[in-house]
Amino acid sequence: MIDILKTRLVKGVVTKRIAASKTAVYEPAGAQLKALIAEKFGRSLNIREVDTGSCAACESEIIACNNPIYDLSRFGVNFVASPRHADCLLVTGPVSKNMAQALRSTYDAMPEPKFVITLGDCAFDGGPFKGSYYIENGAKSIVPVALHIPGCPPDPETIINSLLNFLRI
Amino acid sequence: MDLREMLVQLKQDHNVSALAVDEPHRDETYIWVDNRDFRATVAFVQKKLRAPLSMMFCQDRRAAGGGFAVLCSFLCAPLKKWLFVCASISEEAPRFDSLSSVVYSAGLFEREIREMFGIEPCGNSDARGLRLHEENWPAGFFPLRKDFTPPSAAAAPGNHYGFTRVEGEGVFEVPVGPVHAGVIGPGHFRFSSAGEPVINLEIRLGFTHRGAEKLFEGRHSDAVNLAECVAGDSAVGHALAFCHAMEKIYKAEVPLRAVYIRAICLELERMYNHAGDIGGIALDVGFTFPSAFCALIKEKIQALNRDLFGHRFLKGVVCCAGVAKDLDDKRIRLLKSLLEDISRDFAELKRILHASASFIDRVDTTGVLKRKTVEDLGVSGVAARASGLNTDLRKIFNGIYEIARFRVCAESAGDTHARLHVRIAEFEESVRLITEFIHNMPSGSVRNEAISPGAGVALGYAEGWRGPVLYWIAARNDGSIDRCKVVDPSFLNWQGLAYCVLGEIIPDFPVCNKSFDLSYSGSDL
Ligand code: SF4
Repeated sequence: MIDILKTRLVKGVVTKRIAASKTAVYEPAGAQLKALIAEKFGRSLNIREVDTGSCAACESEIIACNNPIYDLSRFGVNFVASPRHADCLLVTGPVSKNMAQALRSTYDAMPEPKFVITLGDCAFDGGPFKGSYYIENGAKSIVPVALHIPGCPPDPETIINSLLNFLRI
Repeated sequence: MDLREMLVQLKQDHNVSALAVDEPHRDETYIWVDNRDFRATVAFVQKKLRAPLSMMFCQDRRAAGGGFAVLCSFLCAPLKKWLFVCASISEEAPRFDSLSSVVYSAGLFEREIREMFGIEPCGNSDARGLRLHEENWPAGFFPLRKDFTPPSAAAAPGNHYGFTRVEGEGVFEVPVGPVHAGVIGPGHFRFSSAGEPVINLEIRLGFTHRGAEKLFEGRHSDAVNLAECVAGDSAVGHALAFCHAMEKIYKAEVPLRAVYIRAICLELERMYNHAGDIGGIALDVGFTFPSAFCALIKEKIQALNRDLFGHRFLKGVVCCAGVAKDLDDKRIRLLKSLLEDISRDFAELKRILHASASFIDRVDTTGVLKRKTVEDLGVSGVAARASGLNTDLRKIFNGIYEIARFRVCAESAGDTHARLHVRIAEFEESVRLITEFIHNMPSGSVRNEAISPGAGVALGYAEGWRGPVLYWIAARNDGSIDRCKVVDPSFLNWQGLAYCVLGEIIPDFPVCNKSFDLSYSGSDL
């Protein structure tokens, strides 16, 4: 406990200290995003993520969005545990045959209004797995997709910038 | 015992003579026996070597008139060799005697063979699907057969998977997944409990099956980009194992400088993942501060990955016969200074974790996996080393690791605490190794351009951060891939996880799970 307090006092707020180099681009984008979310969604944008067969790198970057450096949640973007609480469904992976039904059910469980974002090349058209016997070549054939965030995987900055550009429309 | 002695004894004890013994590479020996002798030979070899079965798979050789073949391999550490026991299988009678009653870990491989090739492991009573879920895939379509055509109709309605049922008064089931509450891969976990303790945990996987092995077929060494996507958090391990196999087949030398750069990447990958896992273990018992701290360390390493090699997961670095990106002096200086910075942070993290008695108490004796279970299940990598098995491919096939005086990090308790310790020790060892590598790295080219594709078979391997990643590849005359078998350590280690939670309470599952941190996609392929 003493160690923790000591560290806390010595280090100060870690996010600020380390994010310094990124602030120039990232922070203004985040502030804009926050304003847009406040305007369009009231307070926050709630996202439910579904992995339909990703290689886990896309998940890792989504998680990184919430690490103390990017800390996406301070701009009003939350990742929620239930589709019932979600405005947006974030899909990764090429949609394996075993996940098609789960994806459909998750989408159906969300209340209206709702929209879908695909993240990573796999979710767009199967990416490196395109044409395989066991995938649906992306999420488009199962659910309507409003935005795609390209990359293999897209990094946290790309993710927030894509969200920002999308909400600007 | 050397190989010749073993063959003599096999003849004496079991009256089995090898039909052929091949040694296509210094570290690979193939013993071919008659299909009828396959089971006895495998049992004999396993008993002699006391090594776990590391992979088992089939190959469709009908185009060359050879029916099918079944191969299984053992790591023989003292001889620094992989030993394969193989048998032909005729097209008319596609079957062989199941090994699962003599080698437990063969069971899962056999189910895989059955659904992918339609070859029957006679005596394996578990007829359930593994990756091609019976709800979604009609019977009678075997993707890894060469004459496979995808089914045009869906599976018959009403098919379902038979979970193991635990019966008795007060027994209840808690099904979880495939879609979980967090941002995490899909899998189905079914706990059977009575009161608090878990009586049985059944893990059903295959949700991320994408047909990766089939996609390798027909491609050349450029398929390394596909290998990197089999398990994206282990991209370097998979790329290395894939390229290793291709290089052995093409007889391509890898320049020494590239060997060093590859090893640096492999250790960076280990570091960012171990950092993430240590944080995950802390988070799953509600200790959030160190977990945030770990996220910072992980982020620092991944940002460093990008500054050094242009990709946060180090995809696109490893290529056949070398690496695609060299490290200049400026980058090496950056690497050195950040390593110091990162190890300072890590030392602080360690202090924080160890200063919390309640945290240590929480992970201590939680989720124990006994050494015997590890051996029976064929568990490998970090999870095996935490239970006292000190197998590490970096030690056995040492090369530059020996020059850097690599030490295997092992513990014996087999609990979450031990797995945490192995990760901490490996993280620190990786920092030290990279420092050594930078110091020992010669100058020169990083890629051998003169590769000549050709036919052959080879096993490629690398000790990824989870454990040994294995790629067995057979190539045709033009160098294209005819068969690629991938084994990520997760495949067998999931079983270890299912065992270690027995007797624990369900709320302990997340922390046990994180202490293994297995790959869904690497296991499902
Ligand atoms: S897009 Fe790339 S990183 Fe994302 S899941 Fe697919 S292969 Fe993995």
